[in-house]
Amino acid sequence: MLISVAGLGKTYRTRDGRDIEALTDAVFEIDEGELVTVVGPSGCGKSTLLKILAGILRRTTGEVRLRGRPVDGPSRDVGVVFQAPVLLPWRTVLQNVMLPVELQGRDRAHYETRARHYLRLVGLEGFESTYPNELSGGMQQRVGISRALVHDPALLLMDEPFGALDAMTREAMNVELLRIWAESGKTVLLVTHSIPEAVFLADRVIVMTPRPGRISEIIAVDLPRPRRLEIINSERFGRYVAAIRRHFQSLAALDA
Amino acid sequence: MKGLAARLRGRLELPLAVVLFLVVVGGWELLVRLFAVPKIVLPTPSSVAVAIWHGLGEGDMLKHFGVTFYETLVGFLLGSAFGLVLGALIGQFPLLERTLYPYVVAFQTLPKVAIAPIIVIWFGYGVSSKIVITATIAFFPLLANTIVGLRAVPTEQVELMVAFTASRWQIFWKARLPQALPYIFVGLDVAIVLSVIGAIVGEFVGAQAGLGYLILQRNFNMDMAGVFAILVILSAMGIGLHMLVNAIQRRVVFWMESASDRVIGA
Repeated sequence: MLISVAGLGKTYRTRDGRDIEALTDAVFEIDEGELVTVVGPSGCGKSTLLKILAGILRRTTGEVRLRGRPVDGPSRDVGVVFQAPVLLPWRTVLQNVMLPVELQGRDRAHYETRARHYLRLVGLEGFESTYPNELSGGMQQRVGISRALVHDPALLLMDEPFGALDAMTREAMNVELLRIWAESGKTVLLVTHSIPEAVFLADRVIVMTPRPGRISEIIAVDLPRPRRLEIINSERFGRYVAAIRRHFQSLAALDA
Repeated sequence: MKGLAARLRGRLELPLAVVLFLVVVGGWELLVRLFAVPKIVLPTPSSVAVAIWHGLGEGDMLKHFGVTFYETLVGFLLGSAFGLVLGALIGQFPLLERTLYPYVVAFQTLPKVAIAPIIVIWFGYGVSSKIVITATIAFFPLLANTIVGLRAVPTEQVELMVAFTASRWQIFWKARLPQALPYIFVGLDVAIVLSVIGAIVGEFVGAQAGLGYLILQRNFNMDMAGVFAILVILSAMGIGLHMLVNAIQRRVVFWMESASDRVIGA
């Protein structure tokens, strides 16, 4: 088991002194090599969960363990990808990918080989000395994925990584991510608000609902791999999507 | 069609600028002669041109130019370096912003012209007092723009660096400072032009050399053409320095298409 989360909670205090529960009592485990997605509407605490796992945000209650060791703050063993590629515009593609290596004082020569390997894997061979401004949004996000993998982290955290891309690029990137995941053998936790995306990618889907943000179900997706886009039209895929959507429909009913 | 219009505009730019210059200068010359304006009120452009020619030939004006140029440049470098460092410290440590920044702002509200006489008494009639006055003027645009620039870093950028276990200073050197460069260059551009003013103000208050000193001397002798000649030289100097800063900026901040779009004056 790679990650275990127990009783995890986060409470924000607003300016007028009220407490808001962004995340309540999250419990789950992720196995080595698994691809788990977290899906839910905005305000369900899914980004909060990811930021706590990334060590960017302090938790209020509970515990996170990575390979049995408690996680408190950022870890060298984690790679992150956000919705925006947040590349440094004054650095070339290769220099951007090498950022974690530099920050963590790792051996440059050794990791540059890895960086070039991942750039090849995401289809950006030949763009090593290009500047981010000259790349499309999809290409920038691929650079971001290479950057998250370069230092060989045990866990890859992705917060709506394809949310800013157009629908067609997004589908292509989903297929690509599955290929990268299969080839790299990494453990991935990906947050999204798209139910089909969550089902298409995942071994298991963590379904979250808001007010307060909590996990309402964890669904194992038993669809064959490798998956291709056509699977979206299959009946089994549709059943998974419908099962997840039900959680949010009952929620809408509560709102009305 | 659009391409054609743009090309036409590009071709017309230079001729139009020349025509505008000729109309203004020619009109000025014509009006002064037509209405027989006394030359101690307004000299003709031709007499100004002659004065510039003579001044450059004699070497006297060159010497004064050298003094003012030196004061401007050294004062600018000192003041902006100090502003940059202090701005970086204030940007990095919120405590400094609350404790120190109010005093800095209070100092900035003092008109530097008003404290120039004190500085001349403290630092003497030589170049050092002019350098100090220039530095006090060049200081603030750098300070303010550095602080704003360091804040301009997107939150996600910082969070990403934190997630990759970056230290506070790594975030400063690798993200904040480069991100602040476009702002810092806006500050440098403002400061370099203000520096010329600083040097001249200093020379007005008390000096033995420099273009400001020369202006006072020629004014006293009612040599209006000579004064205008210096004004032309001064403005050429300002434009030259401004262009120099912009050229350096294009080199350093190469990833910004047009950083001058985000102007933050001081």
